[in-house]
Amino acid sequence: MTITKTKNVKTEQRTKILTGNHAAAHAFRQAKVGVVSAYPITPQSPVVEKIADFIAKGKLNARFVKVESEHSALAVCCAASATGSRVGTATSSHGLMFMYEMLPWASGNRLPIVINLATRATGAPWSVWTDHQDFITVRDVGWIQLFCENNQEIYDTNIQAFKIAEDPRNFLPVIVGYDGYILSHTMMPVILENQAEIDEFLPPLKHHINLSDISVVKGIDPVTTPHIRDRGNEGTAPGYFEYRYALQKALENSINIIKEVHDDYTTKFGRSYGNGIFKTFKADNADTIIFAMGSVAAQARVAVERLRDSGTKIGLVSLKLFRPYPAKELRDYFKTKKAIIVFDRDIGYGYEGVLSYELKSALYNLPEAPFIKGFIVGLGGRDITTDHIIEGVKIALKQKESGIISQKTEFLGLKLDELDFLK
Amino acid sequence: MVNVLDLPEEELIYPGTRACAGCSMALIYRIALKALGKNTIITVPASCLTVLHGMQGFCTTKVSVLHTPFATTGASASGIVASLEDKGLNEDINVVAFAGDGGTVDIGIQSLSGAVERGTNFIFACYDNEAYMNTGVQRSGSTPPGAFSTTTPDGKIGYKKDMPKILEAHGVPYVATAISSYPLDLYEKFSRAKEIYGPKYIHILAPCPPGWGYEPKDSIKIGRLAVQTGFWPLYEVIEGKFQLSKDSRRYLDPKKRKPIEEYLSLQKRFRNISDEIIANYRDYIDNLWKDIKTRTKEEN
Repeated sequence: MTITKTKNVKTEQRTKILTGNHAAAHAFRQAKVGVVSAYPITPQSPVVEKIADFIAKGKLNARFVKVESEHSALAVCCAASATGSRVGTATSSHGLMFMYEMLPWASGNRLPIVINLATRATGAPWSVWTDHQDFITVRDVGWIQLFCENNQEIYDTNIQAFKIAEDPRNFLPVIVGYDGYILSHTMMPVILENQAEIDEFLPPLKHHINLSDISVVKGIDPVTTPHIRDRGNEGTAPGYFEYRYALQKALENSINIIKEVHDDYTTKFGRSYGNGIFKTFKADNADTIIFAMGSVAAQARVAVERLRDSGTKIGLVSLKLFRPYPAKELRDYFKTKKAIIVFDRDIGYGYEGVLSYELKSALYNLPEAPFIKGFIVGLGGRDITTDHIIEGVKIALKQKESGIISQKTEFLGLKLDELDFLK
Repeated sequence: MVNVLDLPEEELIYPGTRACAGCSMALIYRIALKALGKNTIITVPASCLTVLHGMQGFCTTKVSVLHTPFATTGASASGIVASLEDKGLNEDINVVAFAGDGGTVDIGIQSLSGAVERGTNFIFACYDNEAYMNTGVQRSGSTPPGAFSTTTPDGKIGYKKDMPKILEAHGVPYVATAISSYPLDLYEKFSRAKEIYGPKYIHILAPCPPGWGYEPKDSIKIGRLAVQTGFWPLYEVIEGKFQLSKDSRRYLDPKKRKPIEEYLSLQKRFRNISDEIIANYRDYIDNLWKDIKTRTKEEN
């Protein structure tokens, strides 16, 4: 990430020391959300506590529907969005999984809802600590999914998320992910932009669905058929297949919108996050790349420095946009690279890390595809040290040179030797 | 007291819906919409009403409808209300949730309970056809004892959830029971509910020809028998005050009540019902009315 402040200093811009959760809450306040609905879950809860506080103090004029479950939270968001309000929520882990049914409902209706996800491992057994399993698990529901590496990025990405979601070419819901505790509860300086500038960047929502306008009668989401329907004099109605094709097209097209919004934001506020899709660190002239997301990428920056000191031409690519998957952008960037080592804080159980296998799939047809090796790290909040990352890089490069490549899914940081019952 | 001439002539459902012949839910919906008027937004979970609303590309009603997944009706209504409040339009528009018994007493009970507990200003109407009819007659928490369904081939064991009482226990300002066979009573109850601020709950028994096993022509008759036998008392609880409705008042006298067999024997779903369960029905009705009598004396 590059932070370069432009010269036009805005008078009301403030720097505050904020947790990641509160950075998200401030972004919701400045985005002037109309309806929020949420249910408590660790480590997300401070987001909505702060929003409740903003409303109580008159700093945000919004309706906060304090529901009895996350399933209802997203159902409230869907209905409020369909009634024409700007809406958002926040959740983690089991909360997101409990919302699952409503996720494709929101995207199928093209409702521009924003969810903040303070990531957390999924049970059983219980764990409140971070990994990216919750974020990864909802990859097939038709939402845009962005990931953040620091608290400023959480704030900036949330403002951008509403703009992306509400783009009239688009209308898609967005999940903004960030590591639970590592960011959600850690304080960092965050620049909060002048409200007038935010308002200019993010004008009020002009929704394609608006139930509150009762002069136009709408039947939203009746049953579809497998086929196009003939409506006599009124033309034809799409079948389910056409709706879902349109969703796929919207997601594909959204990559350009995401870049555009990111670039506009950079022009206006002076902060950029790579190309808005992925961030690079010492990667342009590197042969070997570490590929990771969120907290893992943050840790890998230190590993890159150390490996560079010992002579490895290595860099980092930190994935920001996970869905739609930026396959073309990654292919273009990686086509001249020799080796990519992927560190997943998640796992596609029974196979391997999801970032790893998706990257392999994206680069499959390159004439000289780079060697790719994936590792599983840090599930359920297990520490990821610089040494783990360096160890992974060394194992991978050794396998590449020797040609003896393990197809097994390898875990780094496991401590099986400390378990009594295995001794 | 309304009479039939007081009902608005304009229908807010177009003719030719996909409801079954003799469907009392269609009748309930038609009468309810007349009472609610055009300034209304409806939300509906997966149910027979989804079928009535027809397929993509058509709108069967003259008011807007938001369909929503099965468990979410109360939450969906809450979302509409919150957004209308956000826009300052909540005074002008009725938000009405219409769900079947499964979507109310089973999978929908949590989001309904939550919406009511929050004091959401909306009407929740349950049309109770006493099983999952839309999916092919599987038993629900509202199926009465002894009734056949495709998942209770030997008749249901257990109870029918007393949902109006559950809602009353939430402390809501308006709870009512109704039935399609007494349309003026139904119309009055929706008209009353829409004038009250806060959560309103109306539970409407909805005889179902294919699910209950009777000829479509008998829908009204069976609904009347449900009231005449005392099985389905019509009442309101307004701000905690119990009020037996006019059409049920005469059945305070047990001698005026028709034998429960008259109601059960017309329906094939009770074909194999045992004498023991019929006796249980008699006890149930006796106790129900003892309670009603007490409440009527105490509160009037």
